[in-house]
Amino acid sequence: MATELRVLDDGAWISVDNQRRVPNSDIWPLAVTDFCGCETAHVVLEAFTDVGVDRDGVAVQAVGQCIDCGTEGALDWLAVGRVRDGAFHPYDPGELRPRLEPGNDIR
Amino acid sequence: MPTDVEQWKSELYGTDIREHIERFAETGWDSIPEDERDAWFERFKWYGLYHQRAGQESYFMMRIGPPNGVLEPGQFRTVAEIAKEYSTGPAENPEFGNGWLDVTTRQAIQLHWINIEDVPAIFDELEAAGLTTMQACGDSWRNIVGCPVAGKDEHEHVDALPTIHELNDRFKGNAEHSNLPRKWKVSVTGCREGCGQGDINDLALEPATKEIDGEDREGFNVRVGGGLARNEPRFARDIDVFVTPEQAADVSGGISALFREYGDRENRYNARIKFLVDEWGPEKLRDVLQEEFVEFELHTAGEDLRSEYSYNAGEAAGKHDHVGVHGQPDGNNYVGLNVLVGRIGADDALDIADAADEHGSGEVRLTQRQNIILTDVPDERVDDLLAEPALDHYSPDPHPFMRGSIACTGTEFCSLSIVETKNRQVRYARWLKENVALPAGVEDFHIHLSGCTASCAQPQIADISLRGMKTRKDGEPVEALDIGLGGGLGEEPQFASWVTERVPADEVPGAIRNLLANFEDQREDESQSFREFVAARDDEELAALVEPEETSYDDPFMHNTKRTWYPYAEEDSLDDSPAPASPDGTPLSADD
Repeated sequence: MATELRVLDDGAWISVDNQRRVPNSDIWPLAVTDFCGCETAHVVLEAFTDVGVDRDGVAVQAVGQCIDCGTEGALDWLAVGRVRDGAFHPYDPGELRPRLEPGNDIR
Repeated sequence: MPTDVEQWKSELYGTDIREHIERFAETGWDSIPEDERDAWFERFKWYGLYHQRAGQESYFMMRIGPPNGVLEPGQFRTVAEIAKEYSTGPAENPEFGNGWLDVTTRQAIQLHWINIEDVPAIFDELEAAGLTTMQACGDSWRNIVGCPVAGKDEHEHVDALPTIHELNDRFKGNAEHSNLPRKWKVSVTGCREGCGQGDINDLALEPATKEIDGEDREGFNVRVGGGLARNEPRFARDIDVFVTPEQAADVSGGISALFREYGDRENRYNARIKFLVDEWGPEKLRDVLQEEFVEFELHTAGEDLRSEYSYNAGEAAGKHDHVGVHGQPDGNNYVGLNVLVGRIGADDALDIADAADEHGSGEVRLTQRQNIILTDVPDERVDDLLAEPALDHYSPDPHPFMRGSIACTGTEFCSLSIVETKNRQVRYARWLKENVALPAGVEDFHIHLSGCTASCAQPQIADISLRGMKTRKDGEPVEALDIGLGGGLGEEPQFASWVTERVPADEVPGAIRNLLANFEDQREDESQSFREFVAARDDEELAALVEPEETSYDDPFMHNTKRTWYPYAEEDSLDDSPAPASPDGTPLSADD
C-alpha cells in the first residue's frame, strides 16, 4: 500500500500515514551544502513546504536558518526518513546528514 | 493540483462536519479511523477544534470567537465554567495550574486539553448561552475584530457593532462563504483611535465620511490584504471604496466571494488574499469586485480618520490599550483589566464574572492586547469594583512591563512554534518589573513574544518584537529570540525591523534592560517616545544599542521544549506522554 505523505498545519510537521512523524523546529546538521558558508550548516527547520519520495526515501523541502551564521533560506530536498516494509523510520535529526538530496527523482 | 486540504474540504466541510464530531464523541477518540485523522482534524478546525501538538494526541484546543470580543452578560461565566470542568490536562503548568482560559490577540478565547468525547456537552453549554465555536478556526470568516468598546466609546465616529453583528449573522454558517481558500480575518472599526488594528487584517472597514448626494454620510473605507504571518507581513491596501453601514455586508461578501473564486487553492502558502493583492494591485481588485461581485456602483473612498489614530501609534501620550477606568457616553464606566499574557485561571474567571455581574452589566469584552474589559459600571460602583480581590492580580493599573506583555501559545501546545512563550514572557515581565527602571515618561511599553513567524502575538507592531528561533550557546543548541524594533500602528504604520537575531532566551531580559538604558541616555529629551527614538536610527545603530547579556534572570526552558510532551512535566520526554487519553485521564494505547 502506498505511503501517504503530506505537510500540514502551516508546515509544522510531516504526516506519514496520518501520523505526525517529523516536526519542524529541530536542528539538522548538513555536511556538504551550499546553504551557507559554515563547514557544517546547523539548520533549524522553521516550516516544511513540501514532502516527496525517492524510491523508499522520504525528503522534504523547508525554510530554515543556520543557527551559527544566521543564513536564512530554502532547503531543497532534505532526507528525513525511509520507508521499509511499509513502515516509516525517521532519521535522527541530530545525526550529520552527508548532503542534500539532488531532488531529481523526488515525486 | 489542489492540495489534500482542498480535496478534504471539497468532500465535506462547513456545517456538515458537526454530525461527525458528535459521532466521534459518542464512539470515542479511538473510533476516529487512523487513516482518516489528518482529514478529520483539518475539518474539525472549522468548528474551532484544533488538535494539540505531537505528544498530546486526543487533546484539542477549542476556540470561541465572539464577534468583536463582546461577551454578553452571562457568557463569560459560561466559558469559565466550561474551562473549570473540561479544560484540565494530565500535568500542571507551574505558573497557571490546571484549568484556565486564554484571551487571544483576535478577541477570542482558547481552551486546552479538550477531549472529543466532551465536545457535544460543551457545545450545548455554549449554545445555551448564545455562544459558538463555529468558524473560529479553518478556512472561512473568523470572528470579526474591532474596537473592543464599540458602542460604549466616547471617541467613536460611528458605532460599528451593528455592522459587525450583521456581518457575523450573514457569514457564519453561510454555505456560500464557508469554504474559502484560507482563513479570512476581518476588522470593523468605528472609533477614532485606530484600535481595531484593521491594517493587519484580510479585510478592514475603517471609519470614514463621504459626501453622497450632497449629504455627509458616516461609514467605512475598505482596505484589503493585511496580515503578519510567514515573514511576509503586509498592511491592508486601500482599494478606494467607501461603504455606508447599509452596504457593508454586500461589499464585504463581494470581497469574500472574490477571494473564494480567485484565491490560490493550489498552494496554501500563497493563499491569503494579501498575495492576490500583491499580484493584482488594489485597482484591479476594485475593478473585479465591481464587475463581478457587487451589483451597485461602488463609492470611491471617503475621508478617513487615520491622521487621528493614536492607538499603538508610538506617541508618548497616545492610547495604547483599554486598561483602566474610562467613561462611557451613557455616564457609566468601562474598566479594563490587565491579563498577563492573556491567561486567566478558571476560578479567577468565575470571580471576575461575579464582579462583572455585581458592579456592571455582566458584560465582559476581550481586547487585542489579550486583556478584558468590564463594562457599564456606574460611578458609584467603581470603587467597590476596584476593591475586589480579583483585581489585585488582574489590575486596572498594572506596572508597564506587566501591562505590555503579550505572548502566543508557544510550544506548550502549538505544533508550529519553535520556543516556549507564555511562561517565559511571564518570567520576563516579572524580572523586568523588579530590575529595570523605565525611563521618565514611559508609561506604556509593549513586548510581544511570538514563538514563530506565524506571528500570533503580533510581534511586528510592538515596542519590542520577539520571535522564536534557536542558536548555539556554550556549544549547545538553545532556544533563542530575534529582537525587532520600530513596529507600531497609527497614521504611519510600520513593521518592526529584526535588528538583533538569535539572542539566547536567557539573555533577552538583559538586552531589553540595556536597550532601555541606552534609550534613556541618548534620547533627545523626555518627550521623545521610544518609537520616535527608534525611527531616528538605522538598523545598525539600533543593533549596537541592543546588548544581550546574562543577568540574574533564570530561564528553565532553554532546551528543546518541542521535543517534550509537555515542557513543564516532571518527566517531560515524548516517551513519557500519557496521551492519547480518555476524558478521565486514562491513557489509551496509541497502537489500537
